[in-house]
Amino acid sequence: MSDTIKTSNLSPEFREEIFEQPGTEKITLCFNCTGCSSGCPMAEQEPEFNIRKFLRMANLGMKNELLNSPYLWYCTTCYKCQERCPQGVPNVDALLKIRTIAVHNGIMLPAHKKVGQMVINSGHAVPINDDTKEKRKKLGLDEVPPTVHRFPDALNEVKKLLHIAGFDIIIAKKEEKK
Amino acid sequence: MSKLSFFLGCIAPNRYPGIEASTKKVMEKLGVELEDLKGASCCPAPGVFKSFDRTTWLSMASRNITLSEEMGDDILTICNGCFGSLVDANLMLKEDAALKEEVNKMLSEIGHEFRGTQDVRHIIEYLFQEVGVEKIKQAVTYPLELKVAVHYGCHLVKPTKERQLGSAENPTFFDKLVEATGAKSVDYEDKMACCGAGGGARTAVLDTTLKMVSNKLEHVIAADADCIIDACPFCHLQLDVGQTEIKKKIDKEYGMPVLHYSQLLGLAMGFTPEELGIDMNFVDNRKFIERIGGVRNE
Repeated sequence: MSDTIKTSNLSPEFREEIFEQPGTEKITLCFNCTGCSSGCPMAEQEPEFNIRKFLRMANLGMKNELLNSPYLWYCTTCYKCQERCPQGVPNVDALLKIRTIAVHNGIMLPAHKKVGQMVINSGHAVPINDDTKEKRKKLGLDEVPPTVHRFPDALNEVKKLLHIAGFDIIIAKKEEKK
Repeated sequence: MSKLSFFLGCIAPNRYPGIEASTKKVMEKLGVELEDLKGASCCPAPGVFKSFDRTTWLSMASRNITLSEEMGDDILTICNGCFGSLVDANLMLKEDAALKEEVNKMLSEIGHEFRGTQDVRHIIEYLFQEVGVEKIKQAVTYPLELKVAVHYGCHLVKPTKERQLGSAENPTFFDKLVEATGAKSVDYEDKMACCGAGGGARTAVLDTTLKMVSNKLEHVIAADADCIIDACPFCHLQLDVGQTEIKKKIDKEYGMPVLHYSQLLGLAMGFTPEELGIDMNFVDNRKFIERIGGVRNE
């Protein structure tokens, strides 16, 4: 048996928040054909990740359930569902916007936060290490690649830009417990 | 042929430098001039950054594009993630004047301006559309007698509206490039299946994404392929490092060699596996390298 959805727990503004991302208003066109979720390579491994159900929940305004679902972070953004949707719903764009709303509410995985912090510190999501430096030398490449890794001024530009965009503040956000 | 600015991204230069070295070698042989895009950063990684904050994603991507604009060159990417991030950002800013103004306000504070003068290219579609299969065939000096499983990866072809590279269900352009090296592209079950790495999923739920790696490897092995050929260092990492993670978890060893297309083409042009970094995977590729040596001495 499914749980009852209580209207008092719904957030009517949630949809409007999602629709700030242009195109996502098309989630209202979904008629539950399940073409998206039935072809999803992640759902094949983890049935709790159900893109159709998630977008239905978004349509109903089930903000709390969605933002706090651990399965929100399972999508690999392969875009198979978005390509196949007969209604032209941008499923992935909508899911990413829901993730963004979660993050702006301080809900993010520690591992993702670490990646964000890595980019703030080094300008790379995957920075160089000693093992790769050795490999680069063996291949006749410069030990340090000609990216922000080699040019401190360029790294400072990136750091400044991330600060202007407010990314450091977003990463530092903590969830406000009600 | 015009010059391209070479955008490295993160995983190629910082984990699989063989892909960077191979790209330089094969492009030189084909007469395509590459110049390093100095001071470029992470694209940024679309999975995490589009999830976290689109403004941050867009501003960082646009800075990378402006570096290329300042050089007057189109950008060459060798990674599906970088390609996705930079193509999408470039298109959005070219089409949306208000957004461009907003981004330029931020960029002006670090001395850059997005003008919208350049295009973003991916090595696979560039080779297919600009260099052409025939010219690649002519550059092949050691035709490879290999059966290979082509892995397109998702963001090379999807979303199709933005990529404009034809069918995402059954594309053929990458297979044609692979077959130009003499290798045979074998069909395998669920060929277009995702590797599981993208969208921040590898970071978030590694074990679940490894099941996707196992599926792919089982299908590739069932098709009797000698190796996997990819177009993306992140798929490459997921399929290569993923095998070592699967071994640790369930003690299953696949031993499947994973090569980027630039490395396969390099072999067919007569470069040694060592010059192309094929011995630098996390999976032990020695048997495959011995076999290649055999193929090349024939």
